Amino acid sequence: MVFKEYITVKDIFGPLMLIEGVEGVTYGELAEVRLSDGQVRRGRVLEIADSCVLVQVFEGTMGLGRDNVRVKFLGKGLEIGVSPDIIGRVFDGAGRTIDGGPNIIPEKRLNVNGSPINPCARDYPSEFIQTGISSIDGLNPLVRGQKLPIFSGSGLPHARLAAQIARQARVPGSPEGFAVVFAAMGVTFEEANYFISNFQATRAIERAVVFINLAEDPPIERLAVPRMALTVAEYLAYELDMHVLIILTDMINYCEALREVSAARKEVPGRRGYPGYLYTDLAAIYERAGRVKGRKGSITQIPILTMPEDDKTHPVPDLTGYITEGQIILSRDLHLQGIYPPIDILPSLSRLKDKGIGEGRTREDHADISNQLYASYARGKAARELAVILGEGALSPLDLAFVDFTEHCNNEFIKQGEEENRSISQTLDIGWWLLGLLPRKDLKRIRKEYSDKYYRKREE
Amino acid sequence: MKEGTVIKVSGPLVVARGLTGTNIYDMVRVGVQKLLGEVIEIRSDEYSIQVYEETEGIGPGQPVYPMGEPLSVELGPGLISSIFDGIQRPLDVISLRLGSYIARGAEYTSLDRTKRWHFIPARKSGDNIRPGDILGTVKETALIEHRIMVPQGVEGKVTVVAEDAYTLDDVVAEVETSTGKVSVKMLQKWPVRKPRQVTKKLPPDQPLITGQRVIDTFFPVAKGGTSCVPGPFGSGKTVVQHQLAKWSDADIIVFVGCGERGNEMADVLLSFPELKDPKSHEPLMGRTVLVANTSNMPVAAREASIFTGITIAEYYRDMGYNVALMADSTSRWAEAMREISCRLEEMPGEEGFPTYLGSRLASFYERSGSVVCMGSDAQGEEGRRGSLSIIGAVSPPGGDLSEPVTQATLRTVKVFWSLDDRLASQRHFPAVNWLTSYSLYQQVVGRFVANKIGAGWDENRTKALRVLQRESELEELVRLVGMEALSPEDMLVMETAKMIREDFLHQNAYHELDTYTSLEKQFHMLDVILKFYSKAQDAVDKGVDPLRLMGVPVKDKISNMRLASEGDMETFRRIEGDIARQVDELVEDRAVGI
Repeated sequence: MVFKEYITVKDIFGPLMLIEGVEGVTYGELAEVRLSDGQVRRGRVLEIADSCVLVQVFEGTMGLGRDNVRVKFLGKGLEIGVSPDIIGRVFDGAGRTIDGGPNIIPEKRLNVNGSPINPCARDYPSEFIQTGISSIDGLNPLVRGQKLPIFSGSGLPHARLAAQIARQARVPGSPEGFAVVFAAMGVTFEEANYFISNFQATRAIERAVVFINLAEDPPIERLAVPRMALTVAEYLAYELDMHVLIILTDMINYCEALREVSAARKEVPGRRGYPGYLYTDLAAIYERAGRVKGRKGSITQIPILTMPEDDKTHPVPDLTGYITEGQIILSRDLHLQGIYPPIDILPSLSRLKDKGIGEGRTREDHADISNQLYASYARGKAARELAVILGEGALSPLDLAFVDFTEHCNNEFIKQGEEENRSISQTLDIGWWLLGLLPRKDLKRIRKEYSDKYYRKREE
Repeated sequence: MKEGTVIKVSGPLVVARGLTGTNIYDMVRVGVQKLLGEVIEIRSDEYSIQVYEETEGIGPGQPVYPMGEPLSVELGPGLISSIFDGIQRPLDVISLRLGSYIARGAEYTSLDRTKRWHFIPARKSGDNIRPGDILGTVKETALIEHRIMVPQGVEGKVTVVAEDAYTLDDVVAEVETSTGKVSVKMLQKWPVRKPRQVTKKLPPDQPLITGQRVIDTFFPVAKGGTSCVPGPFGSGKTVVQHQLAKWSDADIIVFVGCGERGNEMADVLLSFPELKDPKSHEPLMGRTVLVANTSNMPVAAREASIFTGITIAEYYRDMGYNVALMADSTSRWAEAMREISCRLEEMPGEEGFPTYLGSRLASFYERSGSVVCMGSDAQGEEGRRGSLSIIGAVSPPGGDLSEPVTQATLRTVKVFWSLDDRLASQRHFPAVNWLTSYSLYQQVVGRFVANKIGAGWDENRTKALRVLQRESELEELVRLVGMEALSPEDMLVMETAKMIREDFLHQNAYHELDTYTSLEKQFHMLDVILKFYSKAQDAVDKGVDPLRLMGVPVKDKISNMRLASEGDMETFRRIEGDIARQVDELVEDRAVGI
């Protein structure tokens, strides 16, 4: 097929270029921008009005001019070539291999935008994933097909936590681990390298596909990275029957790229300059997690985002929280106390836990103990705040017991080693051991039959 | 009407030229893929169209086909138990035919045309009928009798077919009107943006009983009323909506999942057929219509989904049913409006939302109400009555209630259930904040309940809220000077407030017994706590140490009364007896100096 080449560039501004006199181009089409020095860049049609086409250039517009550029429209959207050989490979943000291995010979090419899953075709996620981390498994359990982001702050160990999850995640009773798709958007070399070397050291790389867009790489490329990664994940999950865990880091960088394009188009901004369609755009990414009826594989998503100023009301974490099925929030306070993983259990939440836990999945007492640990932890924390103002003398013996419980919970339940992989029954047993610090009659969230079976008063 | 040509594409907005004869809000099919769209603006020869499907692949020069009618929904037997997208395409059919993903340009009729429904005429041939009259009935599900109504503008002498099974396309009646013969089918169409007519609106006078204690007892909503549930993410909006969809005593539930999670819709789809209606023990799906336009589905169809849902709800209201519509979430709907408005380059109002945000929201909520239906059997106060209640979730960014959508909503709705992040993080669910929430239906409901259950309902409610209010004042004090500094009376207030919170307001939606509480049981639960309070007050007056009162064994029973089965009054009587005995013992101990 022959494509017309256009040399009629009118404007170049920010990451965008406007081309005149174009015919037969459609919305969303892929553009190939060829510079006179032979460089090739790719772009996407954002708007067409009559014969004027607005193109967003993924690699950035640096070096482009009105008379050194020829633009071709390829009659299709952005695609990625997939085949079983992509497993174990590392790609850049444009989908080219960068690990020195041979090029991929695609079995087929898939449009990176995907299509929305029909809600009728969704299977409700209900298989518990054991991550080996008590504060997740016990209190905010992850299930296959869930999207559970990690809300972190700068300087917090979210990368270590995500790598630990990727390493340890298993569905109890099922031998196979997860295939990991890792998409890095605008992260530093060090952070990307941490993941890759971690995957290599644990041989997880043999079941991984990695996409890397570093901080120095073109920002607009970040808009394509999660879509490519998800397309690959869908291929692995729904065509090769694998269970996929996809880690997207850092979503803030993605959203900033989106904001950059929006600002260049002079769109009416929403909160903090982010475009009004940020929610819809993020949903198009996050909603690609899930389980589909009749398909063996699944896609579980763990997006990571660093909250500016640890503020979860910032538009990016805020809108993310509205789309994802819960969130794991890291606490600077716990981190400073030397507690790893510093998971702040009170604001953290897993919305899908109820169908994933209980008898036959984890253990019959799981729901009750998780509710009770929360309630007691909250009470202990409130009492401790009171003690800070009034001194411990002002607390009743019962309140002191709750403060003590909270301390133990931080150090025995939340805190664990980076290599420590606790089984779910270990996690729940630690929970009961901690509840033993409290009088039985104050454990209102626990059904009698379970406290009869598991509760043991702890004598100090 | 003429075919047009695309001249501009920008996301979900397409501009076309040459659509002479097409009116504003008319439907069109866009491009070679025939995507469904709606004309939303006309400027000389340029027609702006919001397209309900992803527009990738649409470009200038492609054709636009006019359809000559506004966006309408199909109404008739078969709506119940179905799941539609925002423009009423049957998602279950699409899933069967086209697989797991929603393909573009799918053209399927909303209702099944091949299925035969058993039609039982309600009128005789020769009767004179008018719009809204019930021609006949069809057993749509075990729970719902579908009433086939005479469409708008049709009046005269009728000829009705005999009782038999018919498809939606079969003529079931012919009416000789002044302008000629009109055939009536079981299938009707109605434009979604136009409210359906009623004879008269009435002030709501009955509660919508939800089985949720904090709602029914503290902040009730009336049948035909409106309420909103704003809250930050994770505060349990969706659970509240689902609980209401499951347990409220409406006849029909229309659940609009507007820009929310796909898995939540999957949850409804998978769990509702298994849940049983508490009264009839039939699956809840047999009274539910689902409209699902999840967040990743096209944004313009999200804008339409609310209208699609409410038109279906109005249709069942017109039959004389009590209908409740849940919209989760109206914020996503407002954002869809904002996105389209932005593409139209309209002058933005607050936070980029269009200036007509407030009026659109108000006109949506105004489609609720308790009504006298159309039809000759529905004249006067004794006629056929229906109601449509709207419960809208709002998702304020950052949980900030001062944002435009929440504020515009609060100006219209009568009930406000304010979900609180702090309560949610203590796992106090439903996380309805008792200090900031309100209901303007409380008098109406109070009167109704007093007639049914007995006096004391309103007094108890007022008393309990006063205790909770006092608790929040005292909390400030406790934070400064500690619990010991409180007077014995105030310590008792704190204890009672805690009991109200933990033993009454806290309700576990996932516990088989706790998930639904009848009005009667709600009354007794609160009554027991308040009886304990007044008994303990007397004891404190007689010098009993409040700490000892807090330790009476009956308190364990009080915290377990939520698990008493419905109708088990014996438990409450026993607890009341225990309270009296155990507190009296303490008073006696005190008297003899122990």
